Amino acid sequence: MTMSMETCIEINDLSYVYHDGRQALQGVSLRVNPGEKVALVGPNGAGKSTLLLHLNGILRGDGAVRVLGQEVAEPHLARIRAQVGLVFQDPDDQLFSPTVFEDVAFGPLYAGLSEEEIRRRVGWALAQVGAEAYVERVSHHLSLGEKKRIAIASVLSMEPEILVLDEPTAGLDPRTRRRLIGLLQTLPQTMLVATHDINMVAEILPRTVILDGGQVVADGATDDLLSDAALMAAHGLEVPHCYTPHAEQHHRQ
Amino acid sequence: MLASGVLPSPAPMHIPDGFLTVAIAVICWVLAAAGLGVALWRSGKTLGPRQVPLMGVLAAFIFAAQMLNFTVAGGTSGHLIGGALAAILLGPWAAVLTMTTVVSIQALVFQDGGLLVMGANILNMAIIAPLVAYGVYRGVMALAGQRRWGLFVGGFAAAWLSVVVAAVATSIQLAFSGTSLLGVALPAMAGVHVLIGIGEGLITVGALAFVAAARRDLLQPSDKPVRGLGWAAIGLAIALVVTLFAPLASEHPDGLERVAENLGFIDLAQDAPYEIIPDYALPGLSEGSPAATILAGVVGVLIVAIIGLGIAFAIARLRRRPMTREVTE
Amino acid sequence: MRDYFHVSRIMLMHIHALDAYRFKASLVHRLDARVKLVLAVGFIVSTALTPDGAWLAYALLAGLMLSVIAAARLGVGFVLRRSLVALPFALAAVTVMFTTDGEALLTVHVFGGDLSITDAGLTRFVSVLLKSWLSVQMAVVLTAATSFPDLLRAMRSLHLPKVLVAVIGFAYRYIFVIADEVARMMRARAARSGTLSLSEDGALSGNRRSGGSVFWRARVTGGMAGSLFLRSIERSERIYDAMVARGYDGEVRVLRHPTLQLGDLLIALLFALVLALIQLLARLI
Repeated sequence: MTMSMETCIEINDLSYVYHDGRQALQGVSLRVNPGEKVALVGPNGAGKSTLLLHLNGILRGDGAVRVLGQEVAEPHLARIRAQVGLVFQDPDDQLFSPTVFEDVAFGPLYAGLSEEEIRRRVGWALAQVGAEAYVERVSHHLSLGEKKRIAIASVLSMEPEILVLDEPTAGLDPRTRRRLIGLLQTLPQTMLVATHDINMVAEILPRTVILDGGQVVADGATDDLLSDAALMAAHGLEVPHCYTPHAEQHHRQ
Repeated sequence: MLASGVLPSPAPMHIPDGFLTVAIAVICWVLAAAGLGVALWRSGKTLGPRQVPLMGVLAAFIFAAQMLNFTVAGGTSGHLIGGALAAILLGPWAAVLTMTTVVSIQALVFQDGGLLVMGANILNMAIIAPLVAYGVYRGVMALAGQRRWGLFVGGFAAAWLSVVVAAVATSIQLAFSGTSLLGVALPAMAGVHVLIGIGEGLITVGALAFVAAARRDLLQPSDKPVRGLGWAAIGLAIALVVTLFAPLASEHPDGLERVAENLGFIDLAQDAPYEIIPDYALPGLSEGSPAATILAGVVGVLIVAIIGLGIAFAIARLRRRPMTREVTE
Repeated sequence: MRDYFHVSRIMLMHIHALDAYRFKASLVHRLDARVKLVLAVGFIVSTALTPDGAWLAYALLAGLMLSVIAAARLGVGFVLRRSLVALPFALAAVTVMFTTDGEALLTVHVFGGDLSITDAGLTRFVSVLLKSWLSVQMAVVLTAATSFPDLLRAMRSLHLPKVLVAVIGFAYRYIFVIADEVARMMRARAARSGTLSLSEDGALSGNRRSGGSVFWRARVTGGMAGSLFLRSIERSERIYDAMVARGYDGEVRVLRHPTLQLGDLLIALLFALVLALIQLLARLI
């Protein structure tokens, strides 16, 4: 997997309107460089998921979206989709094949790779997420945590340069969440993670972008943004525990 | 014992293996394959790349919807078979594909319906039922114009008739196979399904009402290659063909055997010592007997309904021309 | 306690029953899925072709069935229980006892005349039951010894339409997901309508004050179906997006099925030979 020298993601003045007329995104601009790990935070309805869906052309708005130097439009779409690994919020939406193997093989299969290469990639991707034992399992027997890992594997098998994740830790119990965070730390790809899990952001994502009402309201180092209590409160976000002095920490039973 | 939950199938319409002769089963397979071929082709054209995920998930929906029961009276439940709902919500060919999927899974996973006779089950529940339903629905909608009652009357009539016609087709296949006496099977199956059809109609209307309120746009069929009149004609023609087979199977067993001989079916039995159509006197079908009356009644009602609908149709079409600027709600 | 709405017990308590597959380390389980599918259908066709009253043939077929069950290590009780599904339909064939020409064995007086059970009729009836019962058992073994994904691959390999097989695969995958949604909807409705109760047979139900007409109940059930429909459409859109995100272009693509092993082929031929011999025997005797 080669690291591109160009900017990985370049969004300029992106706007998008829903079918019912609501403005989902308004003049969003964003640049992500290779290797960066970026968090996308904001209240529900801010447009996070909508923004992510522009990165591989599932949604097309007004404005310029370039990924790995190429415009997100035909005829580049197939190649861009192989390079942008989008992990959806609900793994049941993403694991649609009868077996885990077929799900993880889906991307390489549609990329036109040889059978041998497909099998190799499936094995490798499952090993990355620690799920080699699940290869012949049927998806509906798996737990949420297992499904989330396999959803990531189904995207890793395409050997993308960029990983885009939508709420990866949502719904997970603490142990499974810890495991998933550990997994994300091991992955070398450029990462853009939309999440409500502010503690994970503080822990593993050095840069944060705050999205509210379809607009980028802040973009900078995680430490700077997240410790700014006023900024966080203004956009419905909580300050992570690690930035709160002990005396002020809310004590739970 | 058995009904309390082992059987997920709502209606006694899934024919098991052994109840149809190989000949009848094969004929039904051929017809089913033809219908399915058209359905795959047409739904592919209409839905494009979304065909596979959409049809798959909606088949799962039909499956799950079939498990919603409600108590009708005492111990009986009313529940959904889904052919009509599928046809109205998805269009006829997508409904054929979806219902075929449902019937296949019921047979493969639950042994609800046999493997050799799956062609017949597909023909009855996945082709005849949705197509009849769609025909009736479009017919009534064409009659009603933009008026609201069209949706509910059309939905109910479509659901009810599709269930009854499918039941009639099932009993005919059984009769042709010599497994059931038509004079008893047809009134029994049709009778039971006249009642089951009511439940089907009610739930279908309830679902349509909900969808109409929430997403009216989904109810406009996206493929309108044939106008309402054409579709009603097709659906009703199917119903008519099915009902016309009934007297053929019962009143002229000799005639049927002659037909079978001509078409080589008897040879298909490969010197088996049994006959495809047994030479028996039909005790129930002598003149004036109860079974004959019931049979005549059912067939009569169907034919009258078809003719009446057709006439009302033609009238509505003629009347509608100067009223094209009718104000909608 | 009346329950006016209930979800089939099988769904809430036995979601896993939707997966008919029971893993065992047996010869039958290891057989190529294509061979199993073809042989199962072949067996069913064979029973259907067996003449009425050819009791020896039926006995041999039953013996063959038992040996298959044994080879699959599934247990006769297990298979018999699952095969009861076909039993209610036997009612449809009852009339045949009375209407086939032959020597009357038992006569009853009914309005309209006499009805007699004839020997030929009884033979026919019992034969139909046997055919049906044997066929169901074979279908049970097929699905218990073959995982559904393998069955799908076999169907594709045997040239059933790719799109149809893909749709069946999706349906199978999402039945569980949607069944969960139904269960959640039922719980929500039950919670809103008063008492939430779990009846003796395990059905989750909600009570309404006695009353609430059939029409009302049908409408509510219909409303749930409608809501489920819309959610299903939305889900299928998200799934499509996920497919497109991984390169889906509308064509159904699959990996090649592994080649048929010689051993499996030999077993297939042997089985087919036995079936043919039984058919021959049935017609000679």
